[in-house]
Amino acid sequence: MLRETYTKELRHLQDEILRMGSEVEENLLKAVEALTKRDLALSEKLVQADKWFNQRRIDIGTEAFSIIATQQPMASDMRLIAASLEIAGELERIHDYVKGIGNISLMIGETAVPDPLTSHMPEMAEKTRFMLHRALDAFTERNAQLAFETIKGDDAVDKLYNKTYRAVMTYMAANADAFELAQRLEWAAHNLERAADRVTNICEWVIYLATGEYKQGKELLKSFENK
Amino acid sequence: MKPNTSFSNGSVAVEAKEMQVYYGSFRAVKDIALKIPTKHITALIGPSGCGKSTVLRSFNRMNDLVASARVEGQILYHGSNIYDTHVDPVEIRRRIGMVFQKPNPFSKTIYENVAWGARINGFKGNMDQLVEESLRQAALWDEVKDKLSQSGYSLSGGQQQRLCIARTIAVKPEIILMDEPTSALDPVATLRIEELIQELKKQYTIIIVTHNMQQAARASDYTAFFNMDGDRAGYLVEFDNTNELFTNPKNELTEQYITGRFG
Repeated sequence: MLRETYTKELRHLQDEILRMGSEVEENLLKAVEALTKRDLALSEKLVQADKWFNQRRIDIGTEAFSIIATQQPMASDMRLIAASLEIAGELERIHDYVKGIGNISLMIGETAVPDPLTSHMPEMAEKTRFMLHRALDAFTERNAQLAFETIKGDDAVDKLYNKTYRAVMTYMAANADAFELAQRLEWAAHNLERAADRVTNICEWVIYLATGEYKQGKELLKSFENK
Repeated sequence: MKPNTSFSNGSVAVEAKEMQVYYGSFRAVKDIALKIPTKHITALIGPSGCGKSTVLRSFNRMNDLVASARVEGQILYHGSNIYDTHVDPVEIRRRIGMVFQKPNPFSKTIYENVAWGARINGFKGNMDQLVEESLRQAALWDEVKDKLSQSGYSLSGGQQQRLCIARTIAVKPEIILMDEPTSALDPVATLRIEELIQELKKQYTIIIVTHNMQQAARASDYTAFFNMDGDRAGYLVEFDNTNELFTNPKNELTEQYITGRFG
C-alpha cells in the first residue's frame, strides 16, 4: 500500500484520541461517585490526574503538527487532523470539569451531602459518559448520523440539571445555614451540564470529519432534516 | 458520479465540450466537459497518463503538430470552436500562449527573446517599451535590465522560465497554458513562478498542468482532477474550487489521489 507510514501515523493519532476519550469517560463517573459517596481520596486522585490530560492534549497537538509538517495531509486526512486537535481540546476541557467536581468534593470535606441535591448527578454523569462514548464511536466510524443522534442526548442532561437547580433553590430556602454547600453542589451539577455541551462540540467536529461541513445549532438540524 | 464541471459567478475563458483526443486509433482522452474560468488559475492534476497534458495542448491546437493526433468535440473560445476549418491555429496560439516544462529560450539575446514573437506578429509600436513591460510583468526586469543584449541562455533556469513567460506575454495573449512550468526548477525558483502567476491572473487566464499536488493546492483557484480509465483513456473525474477539492472532494477517486493512496 502507498503511504503505509503515513497511514500508521494517522491511525496512531486517532488511537490517542480514543485512549484519552475513554479515560475521560471513566473519570466522569468516578468524579460523581467520589462526590456522592464522600470518597475524598478518589476526589484527590482525580484532581491530580488532570495534569495527565493537559499533557495528552499537548502531545496530540504536537503529533498532529508533525504530521502536517512532514506528510502534507489533504482532504479527509486533513479533516481528521483538524478534528483531532479540536476533540483533544474538548476532552481536556471535559476533564477540567472532572477536576472541578473533585475540588468541590474536597472543599466540602467531611460534610455529608444532602440526597435531593445530588440524586440526579449519577444519571447526569452516566448520560454524559454515554454521549461521549457514542461520539467516539462516531469518530472512529466517520458516522455523521450517529454523531447527530448523540447531540440530541444533551437535552436530557439539561433537564436533569434544571431539576437539580430547582432542588438546590428549594433546599436553600429551607436551610439558610447550608447555603454554601448547596451552591457548591449546584456548581458540580453545572460542571456536568457543561461537560455534555462539550460532547456536543465533539459531535460537531465528527460531523465535519465525516462530511466536510462544519455546522452548529439550527443550521446543523436543518442539514440533517433535509437528508 | 457526474463530475462537477461548473463554477459559480464569472465568465468562461474557454470550454471543452464532449472532447475526445485520439492518437491514431488510441483514444487518449474522452468525454471532456470543462469550463475554464476567466482570469483565474485552473490547475489540471492527475496521475501519469491521465491525459492532463493532452487536454492542455488541445486548448491551443498544439496537438495539430502531432501527425496522428485528432480532436473530436469542441473547444469553444469566444463562441466558436477553435477546431473549425476556418480558424487559423497560429492566431489561436497567439491568443492562447504556452509555457513549457523545460525553459526553452531562443538562442538570441534576452531582448530578442521577448521582442521576437511580437515582431513576427507585425507589432509596430514601441518595442523597447513592450520588452520592458513584458519583463516587468514576468518579474524579471530588475534582474536583466542591465544585460538585455546577453544571451537568454546566460540566465539561471528560473530566470529562463520567467523569460519564456515574458515572451508569451509580449504577444498579448488572453490565456496562458503552462505545462509543468516548474518541474525543472529548484524550490525557490518554483515559489517565485507561483507568486508570479498570482500576479498574472489579474490580466490573464492561466491553466497549469502540474504533477505537484501541493503546487495545485497553493497556487490555483480551481482544480480539475483527471484519471485514466480501464480503456487507458483519460477522463475528468472532478472539477471544483481548489479549497473545496483539497479539503472535501466529492469523488472517492479524487480523495484517494490527493491523499496519496494511489497514482
